[in-house]
Amino acid sequence: MPIFAPVGHIFLTFLALVGRVTVFAGRTVGHMVTPPIYFRLIFKQMREIGYFSLPVVAMTTLFAGMVLALQSYSGFSRFSAESAVATVVVISMTRELGPVLAGLMVAGRVGAAIAAEIGTMRVTEQIDALVTLSTNPFKYLVVPRVIAGLITLPVLVLIGDIIGVLGGYLVGVNKLGFNDGSYIRNTFQYLEQLDVVSGLVKAAVFGFIITLMGCYHGYHSRGGAQGVGQATTNAVVSSSILILISNYIVTELFFSR
Amino acid sequence: MTSPAKISLRNVHKAFGPKQVLQGVDLDVAPGESVAIIGGSGTGKSVTLKCVLGLLNPDQGSITVDGVEMTDASQAERDAMLAKTGVLFQGAALFDSLSVWQNVAFGLIEGRGMKPRDARDVAIARLADVGLGPEIANMSPASLSGGMQKRVGLARAIATEPEILFFDEPTTGIDPIMGDIINDLIVKCTRELGASAMTITHDMASARKIADRVAMLYQGKIIWDGPVSEIDQSDNPYLKQFVAGDIEGPLELDLKHL
Repeated sequence: MPIFAPVGHIFLTFLALVGRVTVFAGRTVGHMVTPPIYFRLIFKQMREIGYFSLPVVAMTTLFAGMVLALQSYSGFSRFSAESAVATVVVISMTRELGPVLAGLMVAGRVGAAIAAEIGTMRVTEQIDALVTLSTNPFKYLVVPRVIAGLITLPVLVLIGDIIGVLGGYLVGVNKLGFNDGSYIRNTFQYLEQLDVVSGLVKAAVFGFIITLMGCYHGYHSRGGAQGVGQATTNAVVSSSILILISNYIVTELFFSR
Repeated sequence: MTSPAKISLRNVHKAFGPKQVLQGVDLDVAPGESVAIIGGSGTGKSVTLKCVLGLLNPDQGSITVDGVEMTDASQAERDAMLAKTGVLFQGAALFDSLSVWQNVAFGLIEGRGMKPRDARDVAIARLADVGLGPEIANMSPASLSGGMQKRVGLARAIATEPEILFFDEPTTGIDPIMGDIINDLIVKCTRELGASAMTITHDMASARKIADRVAMLYQGKIIWDGPVSEIDQSDNPYLKQFVAGDIEGPLELDLKHL
């Protein structure tokens, strides 16, 4: 039936893509545990991915925490549960909003930059040059970025969580009239270690996804400037979608009863 | 050929989907010999070079370097082959994130484990070999002109004193005078190192200056192979048309079918 042919073609193309990404991820992990490891490049990428993303993540989580306090106060006041605002803010930030918002922001900033840089290296034969200079491009380009993503995203999210809770505190105390001592006490009263740990695990997963997709699409870019542009778009879109999917999966693993 | 070939290609085939690019390439490069592969755009010159370097895997045929088969070589054999080669890429392919001297010293530091301080001295000496002063050593490659980038690329290619040099369209994209300077530098560096060289080019002036021998690639095969001195005496119609740059001729007729 001709009607099924395009559907089948799209499905097969999707399966082939999944296979290629899986092989790419497998090669990356394999190179992560075998020498040489370029520590200098890992630190450089940690600065690029982590330190330079800090303002974006801080702004995002600050306002997310402020909005969350406002929204939960206005919603919870309908059934006289305003005292739960601090708890809702901290649990929402640590479990969900911190990692997801930070992940999406870093995907836009870092994933695109990685894809553009490696894509440009591909189309200008710099990756071929690396090979001819006895340097494995996976070890030199991909592994430092992925390790840096794995390490820095949890740190970024932890800072983002703190800033988000601070945003909720500022609104709660200065605008909604909460007592500052009781707001802080409510923040920590029901907070569990698992809330924070699950968020940090999510952050590590997101860091892996963002850097891997940026590297994958950049590494396989073709066709000059247009190809690099396409790689950049694909890196951001695919990593954003995978962040949301993996967010659900990790949440299932941690919190399903 | 009296001595065993440094590089030898036998019946090399390579296709991309339905497009047959190489259809049985046979070519030898003797030790210390400089061979230029000429041919029009899209005839498979770059593919041939990439197959020799291991950047592409041929579908069929044999490629040996110093007698070692490269088509099914282990990673260690491939690394050993690359350790004795230097490549000048068409666009120089300098690393944007590194300074000029770091580019030149890259193979010494990453490939041979030389200390950066020592490698910097070698890099500055290699830059001097290609007519560039130490004042550009800390500059970014992006701030250099096309000709200077090519010269830095050449300095990088010779930095490890390789036994085999590959030149991919060395004069493309630069003016004729700078092209001639690059050609002179290639001849000088190749002779000083005593290296074998494989150059791909469609610039006949460059081929005549750089090469001892010229091989013409057409429709995926070497259709003419001989010393530079015999180019003008050849009665091969394809070669005659290519050298003369005529529109009319067998090459042009084939192009009409595309």
